[in-house]
Amino acid sequence: MSVFVNKDSKVIFQGFTGEHATFHAQDAIKIGTQVVGGVTPGKGGTRHLGLPVFDTVASAVRETGADVSGVFVPPPFAVDAVMEAIDAGIKVVVVIADGVPVQDMVRLQRYREGKDCIVIGPNTPGIITPGECKVGIMPANIYKRGRIGVVSRSGTLNYEATEQMSALGLGQSSSVGIGGDPVNGTDFVTVLRAFEADPDTDLIVMIGEIGGPQEVAAAQWAKANMTKPIVGFVAGVSSPPGRRMGHAGAIIAGTSDTANAKMDAMEELGLYVARNPAHIGQAVMRALTESGIKY
Amino acid sequence: MNIHEYQAKELLKTYGVPVPLGGVAYSDKQAANVAEEISGDRWVVKAQIHAGGRGKAGGVRLAHSIGEVRQAADNMLGRRLVTHQTGPGGSLVQRIWIEQASDIAKEYYLGFVIDRGSQRITMIASSEGGMDIEEVNRTHPEKVIKETVDPAIGLRDFQCRKVAAAMGLRGKLMPQAVKIMKAIYRCIRDKDALLAEINPLAVNSNDQLVALDAKITFDDNALYRQHQINEMRDFDEEDPKEVEASGHGLNYIALDGSIGCIVNGAGLAMATMDAITLHGGRPANFLDVGGGASPEKVTNACRIVLQDPNVKAILVNIFAGINRCDWIAKGLIQAMESLNITAPMVVRLAGTNVEAGRELLESSGLSFITAQNLDDAAAKAVAAAQD
Repeated sequence: MSVFVNKDSKVIFQGFTGEHATFHAQDAIKIGTQVVGGVTPGKGGTRHLGLPVFDTVASAVRETGADVSGVFVPPPFAVDAVMEAIDAGIKVVVVIADGVPVQDMVRLQRYREGKDCIVIGPNTPGIITPGECKVGIMPANIYKRGRIGVVSRSGTLNYEATEQMSALGLGQSSSVGIGGDPVNGTDFVTVLRAFEADPDTDLIVMIGEIGGPQEVAAAQWAKANMTKPIVGFVAGVSSPPGRRMGHAGAIIAGTSDTANAKMDAMEELGLYVARNPAHIGQAVMRALTESGIKY
Repeated sequence: MNIHEYQAKELLKTYGVPVPLGGVAYSDKQAANVAEEISGDRWVVKAQIHAGGRGKAGGVRLAHSIGEVRQAADNMLGRRLVTHQTGPGGSLVQRIWIEQASDIAKEYYLGFVIDRGSQRITMIASSEGGMDIEEVNRTHPEKVIKETVDPAIGLRDFQCRKVAAAMGLRGKLMPQAVKIMKAIYRCIRDKDALLAEINPLAVNSNDQLVALDAKITFDDNALYRQHQINEMRDFDEEDPKEVEASGHGLNYIALDGSIGCIVNGAGLAMATMDAITLHGGRPANFLDVGGGASPEKVTNACRIVLQDPNVKAILVNIFAGINRCDWIAKGLIQAMESLNITAPMVVRLAGTNVEAGRELLESSGLSFITAQNLDDAAAKAVAAAQD
C-alpha cells in the first residue's frame, strides 16, 4: 500500500513531448511506473517513447484508462491543463510548474469543489511510491521502500530528509510534495489523513516552512484525528520577516508565521519536532523508538 | 511586487475609490507647483518609499503654506528615511506625494488579501483605522471583520453592507462603503494583486469616505500578464544585487551575516541558513540557484555572493534532483579560477551525478573544503568564517 499512487496507477503526462516530461517519464518508467501515454495538443496520433500521444486528456483516458496525470506544462497554462484532467475524470493530478498565478489557483480550488480528484502542487517535486510509481521530478534513486510517509512543502528539503533516513536504513511508503505556493491543491491535512489510513505507513515526517497557517492547522487536526506519530520540522528560523524566501508562499507576514512559532505549536500539540534540519533522521529514530514501532 | 502609495492611489482612483487630490514630485520646486495646482490651504507631504512606518519616521509632514510644502520636500528628498521596516540603512527618498489635507472625523481599516486558510480573496475591515491591523487582531480580535469572496460569484452588495454595518458605517456612509469595497475587489482581481489595503479609510468633515493611504502588493507570478503593473516597478526600491541575480535566474536575498550561501531549492536554502545559525554562525544571504543550473549560473552565483564585503566563507549545499552535481562542480571550479576566490569554500554535494561532481572537485587541485552532510557542512563553514 501507499498513498495516492501505486503500481496499479495508470499514468499519463500532459506536455508529454516536452523536454522535462520526456526525461521524467523515462525515469518513472525505469522504477516501474505504468506510463500509458501522454497528451500534447496537436500531436495526437503520433507516438513518443513508444507510447501513444493524444490531443486531449479525455481521449487519453478513453483509450488507456489513465487515472493519474503529471502536468508538465508552463505556469500560464498549468491550471487550464489541470481543469482538463479533472474534467476527463483523472483522479490524481500532479502539477510541477513553479510560477502559477495565485488567483488561477483560487479559481481552480473553486472549480474542484464537489469533484473527486486530488491535485498535488503546484511548485512541487511531485509524488513517489518507491519501487512502484513516480509522478514528478525527484531523483528516484534516493528513495527506497519502507514504512515512513513523507510530506513536505519544499522539494530539496524532502530529498535532504530522505537521505538522512536512508543513512539510518529507513525507507518510505510514499513521499508527497505539496508545493511551495501560498494556495496549493492539497494541504498537509489531506496527506496526513491518507497516511493515517494507509496500513503500510507507521510514522509521518511533515516538513513545513515559514508563511501561512497550514502546519499548525495540520498539527491540530492530527492531535484530534491521528494515532500515528508525526515528526515535524519547519524551515526558516533564520529568515527575516516580510521577505519572500524563494517560494511564493514562504513569507513571514505575522507572528504566527515564523518557523519557531510553528514548531512550538507542533510540540505543544504532541508532535516530535526536529529543531535542526540536519537532525530529521535522528528525530524519526527517536519517535520510532519511543512509540514502540519496530523498524 | 510592491508599488508606491501614489501609484496605488492613482490605480484605485481609476476603479472609483475616492482619494485626496494630489500629485507626485521629484524636486522641491515641483512640489510647490503641485501644491499650487491642487490649491487649498493645507497640504500633506509624503515621502514615497515602499516601506511602512513613514509617519513615525518623519516621512509625512503637514504644511500650511506653499513655502512649508517646499521646505518639507527639501527636507525629505535625497535623504534616507529610516523606518522600522527599512532596516538601519533606511531608504533613499526620490519621490514625494503632495495632497490636499483632509479634516478627519474618524478612521477605519479596509483591506483585501488572498487568504491562505480559505484559499480565497477575503475582505478584512475594522473600525480601528490607522493602526497595524495585525496588532488590532491581537488585542481586539472582535474588532476585525472578515468576509470571504466566492470567485465564481464575485463580491455581492449584501456582503459589503454586512461588513459596513459591522464597521459602524451607517446612513450616507454605507452606500459609499459598498462602492469602495467593490472597487478594491475589482482591482485586486483584475490586477492579480495579493493584497490591497487602505489604512486609514477616513470619514472627512463633509461625511465623505476617502482613502488616505494605500498599499498594493502584486503577484510576481502574474506579472507576465499585467503590463500596466510591470511599468510601475521602481528598481530603486530594490537591492541592486537582487535585481542582478534575478536577471541570471537566481533568487538572492541579502542578509547581514558572514557566510555566503549557494543552495538549490528554497526550502533547503532556508534550512541551510538555519543550520548555520544553529552552529553559531550567521548567513550573509539566501540564494537559490534553482533547477537545471548550468556551470555559468553557478559562477554567477559565486560572483554575486562575493560582492558582499562581509562574506568570510562560502557554503555550497546542493541536493541535485533535476540539477547535476558535475555541472555544479564545473561552475565552482570556473568561479574559483576566474574570480580568484580567496574566501574558504565549503561544498556539500548530494543527489544526481554526485560521484562525478566530487571527482571533479578533487582532481581540480583547488582548495575546496568538502563536507559529507548538512551538519558537517554548516560546522565547517562556521569554523572557516571564524578563522
